[in-house]
Amino acid sequence: MKQIDVRGLSCPQPVILTKKALEESPEGLEVLVDDLTAKTNIERFVKISGYQVESKEEEESFLLKVRR
Amino acid sequence: MKNGFFEGKKGIVFTGALVGILAVLLVQAGSPQNMGMCIACFIRDIAGALGLHQAAVVQYVRPEIIGIVLGASLMALGRREFGAKGGSSPLTRFVLGFFVMIGALMFLGCPLRMILRLGGGDLNALFGLAGFVTGIIIGIFFLNRGFNLKRNYKLPKLEGYLFPLLMIGLFVLLIARPAFLYFSTKGPGSLHPAIWISLGAGLLVGLLAQRTRLCMAGGIRDLILFKDTYLLSGFLAIFVFVTFGNLFFDTYKVGLLEQPIAHADGLWNFLGMILVGWGSILLGGCPLRQLVLSGEGNTDAVMAFLGMLVGAAFAHNFALASSAAGPAANGKIAVLIGLVIVALIAYCNTEGLKIAKEGEVKVEAN
Repeated sequence: MKQIDVRGLSCPQPVILTKKALEESPEGLEVLVDDLTAKTNIERFVKISGYQVESKEEEESFLLKVRR
Repeated sequence: MKNGFFEGKKGIVFTGALVGILAVLLVQAGSPQNMGMCIACFIRDIAGALGLHQAAVVQYVRPEIIGIVLGASLMALGRREFGAKGGSSPLTRFVLGFFVMIGALMFLGCPLRMILRLGGGDLNALFGLAGFVTGIIIGIFFLNRGFNLKRNYKLPKLEGYLFPLLMIGLFVLLIARPAFLYFSTKGPGSLHPAIWISLGAGLLVGLLAQRTRLCMAGGIRDLILFKDTYLLSGFLAIFVFVTFGNLFFDTYKVGLLEQPIAHADGLWNFLGMILVGWGSILLGGCPLRQLVLSGEGNTDAVMAFLGMLVGAAFAHNFALASSAAGPAANGKIAVLIGLVIVALIAYCNTEGLKIAKEGEVKVEAN
């Protein structure tokens, strides 16, 4: 599955990158994120866009699985 | 329970309402009209109190600023969100903060005070709002084409604690009142509530703004960019409650002329706030949000704060700041220079979005 890494980027770049990536792979993707604000914002955005999201905590970051 | 409350829009609407009510109450307690809370004005007053500029009417260590930073620190610590990070184009952020202040002092207020002015019936703020939205739209143009200031990095713990500690130090100075600090005896700087009232209000705002990520620039940005009204609902709540508050205390005065600490030059109100909106978008948040992030250990936001502090000092040392009489000639030049420099920063940091191709991490933001 396609994965993007938005660690260390400040809002709204993580959400913009997620949005652009979803346009390219509408079936879903994985997002690696380390900032809690960015995580919340991505989750809110993908839910508004009709996706489901599951988050898994990794070392000092989160892996968000975004699916239809 | 607390989590549920803050999950949806209730939390941010509550926060906006509280900021609005507090802003009105702080005016009743002694702050200048329509200036219960203004991040730009209050940082400017702190610059004055420290003797960084000599404008005798705007010198005071505003405890609201200290409170907001420390409130944000406490909430971030409590929620394990405190973390020292930085290194995402620090000097660029300093320069952006500097010009956000130049723009704000042209208009006479940060985006938060713009809403407070609107809620007080000051129609000049409509020109400011138009400029603010224009600046945000220009900023979004660059965001959509890949503008970013590169990644930040984890930093040593102390780096994150330094700024909140500095704020505590500033508060100690305020209490001790050493002779080297300057305190206005007349003008807006002399108008303020008791220290503890200001500090308490700031703490409350900091706690809640950290929790909800309240941001004036972000509200309009997210609406345009993602059709997301979360942050905007906080912005609107402030406006509604400030309006009601002013009506309640009979301080509501609709019009363009003779508004408190404002001028009626529509063009320069507009241009000043373009600079604020555009700069805020490139920074990732309005001055209030920068303060909150500074409290969370984000030293990139501290750079923006320092830029604002120095910008305020320049604004009053070189007669750039507007007054009730209108914009200053030097200020107009400074705003135009600011627009050129912010445009350069936007252009030079927009690289076209590079996103991952098929199953691979390829975001090149390093």
